Amino acid sequence: MSQSSLQIRDDGRLRHFLSIEGLNRPILQEILDTAESFAGVAEQTVKKVPLLRGKTIVNLFFEASTRTRTTFELAAKRLSADVLNINVNASATVKGETLLDTLRNLEAMHVDMFVVRHADSGTAHFIARHVLPHVSVINAGDGRHAHPTQAMLDMFTIRREKGADFGRLRVVIVGDILHSRVARSQIHALNLLNTGEVRVVAPRTLLPAHTESLGVQVFHSLRDGIRDADVIIMLRLQRERMQGALLPSEHEYYQLYGLTQDKLSMAKPDVTVMHPGPINRGVEMDSLVADGPHSVILSQVTYGIAVRMAVMSMAMQQAGAGA
Amino acid sequence: MKSDHDIPAIIDDMAEQLRKLTAGCPPDSLAMVGIHTGGVWVAEALHRKLGLREPLGVLDISFYRDDFTRIGMNPQVKPSQLPFNVDDRHIILVDDVLHTGRTIRAAMNELFDYGRPASIILATLVERSGRELPIEANVVGLHMALADNEYVKLSGPEPLALEIKRDT
Repeated sequence: MSQSSLQIRDDGRLRHFLSIEGLNRPILQEILDTAESFAGVAEQTVKKVPLLRGKTIVNLFFEASTRTRTTFELAAKRLSADVLNINVNASATVKGETLLDTLRNLEAMHVDMFVVRHADSGTAHFIARHVLPHVSVINAGDGRHAHPTQAMLDMFTIRREKGADFGRLRVVIVGDILHSRVARSQIHALNLLNTGEVRVVAPRTLLPAHTESLGVQVFHSLRDGIRDADVIIMLRLQRERMQGALLPSEHEYYQLYGLTQDKLSMAKPDVTVMHPGPINRGVEMDSLVADGPHSVILSQVTYGIAVRMAVMSMAMQQAGAGA
Repeated sequence: MKSDHDIPAIIDDMAEQLRKLTAGCPPDSLAMVGIHTGGVWVAEALHRKLGLREPLGVLDISFYRDDFTRIGMNPQVKPSQLPFNVDDRHIILVDDVLHTGRTIRAAMNELFDYGRPASIILATLVERSGRELPIEANVVGLHMALADNEYVKLSGPEPLALEIKRDT
């Protein structure tokens, strides 16, 4: 089954949300537009809408995460769904239960949606292929493959900051592209939204082979790479994935690839600086930049809830529904 | 089929009725909310005529509908905007057509998620047959008796015009 037919129903609506690949521009636009409406819910006295009342959503996290899990949980609760958080590290798989058995047991409890994070690429796709017809799956990050809701909240942030015309934007992604599922999803989303120019900046050891084939310009110097940038997305240096001594030291990384006020002056004066979090201060960027006027890092967290509400509610529309 | 109703005259008449109904409310306590899309057009016209101090509020009730899982979400959902505090306000809720009453129920649920209004009165340009809930309007522009397969559609915002359509 292709990625597209797995994610999109026959009538063109979203069924699962697993990767940006396989989706089309109208669906990305619909996610961004719907998220715009949900952003207002946080301003209500009662920060909740009854859309998914009576639905049960399971956060199935096989890999540690605080921000992503919390924002998914808040998104589900603001849609009035019931939420169950299952940390599988400490649970059934330790006792030898297979992934499919875990799934079947949860389905027997009449669950409507799985939000899945796993250290292995392809886990969310695997689950999506095996769930009951009414159950939807959302990928909250799988291995080095994809983290599509993070990419969409980044697109939402860019649209809020720079307007809907991505064609006139130069967006630069900096850092550990090799281990980053976020970068991969961002590049696909930026390309689908017809971004004017997408650049990546990284040391050679942190770039996958054939990065150019993704439709990006590759730079190895931060100063050159961020020249005249409209948006800079700094990636986290994934220390826990850093096996094999790909860097001499964090200090040297900071000297070459850390974003400082001085280097930032190469970009456009109104440049927007983003980071998916959590930040390693003094590794990927200086605190003056992280907390400075160009940074929208905390807005990204806020927008993440609205974007996840949009994806969840779109996937929960029943098959064959007309507008 | 276009109807030949004089909409501006009907709106004048509705504004007059609203003025009388709200005569006892302190001007600062009054606020108007239109329901997206047609209700907002009617509300804009009424808001101008009544000269209310608070800017017009806008509700999109898509997230409060009772048929979401059956018919899905309207992709053109607009954000609701209530540029005033709902608490203790006398709210004039405006829609274009009162039909089943389900839209009004959803709108009232949403209003209460913004605060606790002192009162809500309902004004609709058209009141038609087919109620499924015990909801009635306080101010009505015109009454229409329509068959189950007939629909009234308001086009606008300039000029406002009513059209009656029939499902065949």
